[in-house]
Amino acid sequence: MTTRPTRPKVLAISSGGGHWVQLLRLRPAFAGCEVVYATVREGYRGDVEGAEFRLIPDSNRWNKLALLRCAVAVFSLLLGERPDVIITTGAAPGYFAVRIGKWLGARVVWVDSVANAEELSLSGQKAGSFVDLWLTQWPHLAGKGGPQCFGSVL
Amino acid sequence: MILVTVGTDLPFDRMVRVIDAWAAETGRRDVFAQIGEGGWQPRHIPYAEFLSPPEFAAKFAAARVIISHAGMGTILTALHNGKPILVMPKKASLGEHRNEHQTATARRMSEIGGVNVAYDETELRQWLDRLDALQQPKTIGGSASEGLIQGLRGFIHRNAGAPHGR
Repeated sequence: MTTRPTRPKVLAISSGGGHWVQLLRLRPAFAGCEVVYATVREGYRGDVEGAEFRLIPDSNRWNKLALLRCAVAVFSLLLGERPDVIITTGAAPGYFAVRIGKWLGARVVWVDSVANAEELSLSGQKAGSFVDLWLTQWPHLAGKGGPQCFGSVL
Repeated sequence: MILVTVGTDLPFDRMVRVIDAWAAETGRRDVFAQIGEGGWQPRHIPYAEFLSPPEFAAKFAAARVIISHAGMGTILTALHNGKPILVMPKKASLGEHRNEHQTATARRMSEIGGVNVAYDETELRQWLDRLDALQQPKTIGGSASEGLIQGLRGFIHRNAGAPHGR
């Protein structure tokens, strides 16, 4: 047997549009991992052809019922997949994933969207208090007591 | 072909109306607009509320110019594919988005990515009349910067319990 027992399981999760485009641009970071992608549109499956793909309902903070449905779906996804590491580029589904995932014992990463060039997103600000790795993509938003900046999706 | 897109979130009637009026006046027939759910329906250009990702990719590939809200998904896709892009920021004050980040996004991307910006309807109309003058995008590769990739990789492969992060 040459299988390595230490291949970490990564859940890469985001909502649609720019959040998903940014998540896809992080893919080389998942080399050597068992990766599961989760997002909100069936049509995105083809973007990660051959990889594990899970669908979750979308939500934003303006629709409470959809938010609840999304949180329940994410919780159930996490119980089923039990990832070692969770990485998200936002927004609401990703926030739920790192929040609940942290509670379930995963190591979690928040990559704030590159669209937030003047201040972190609201979810990103909240996530800062509990995530293991808190990232902004803008050097001028990084610093003491705030997120780190390693680079950007550009 | 000119592809107009308002993104996957809210409509952006203010932008679509200007482009529709311009197409009517100039007789441009090679414009296609994705207008969002419940968006104002243009009278002079073909449109769809949404496009499936494969449909969107096909339109994108065929387009010579992209005109878009200032959303990073479309901007990144345009830069990756080397398509000239003109963006107009959505404004939360007009109910077009949930916060005002698009104006800052547009300004930053015009500085670093060769993204053209119309900050309002007047500027959009001015750009439409001289699309050939659009700045070429700074083409980007298929993935994030090496620093971000390496940083994430380092985090993922660090043993559980090791100090990390902050």
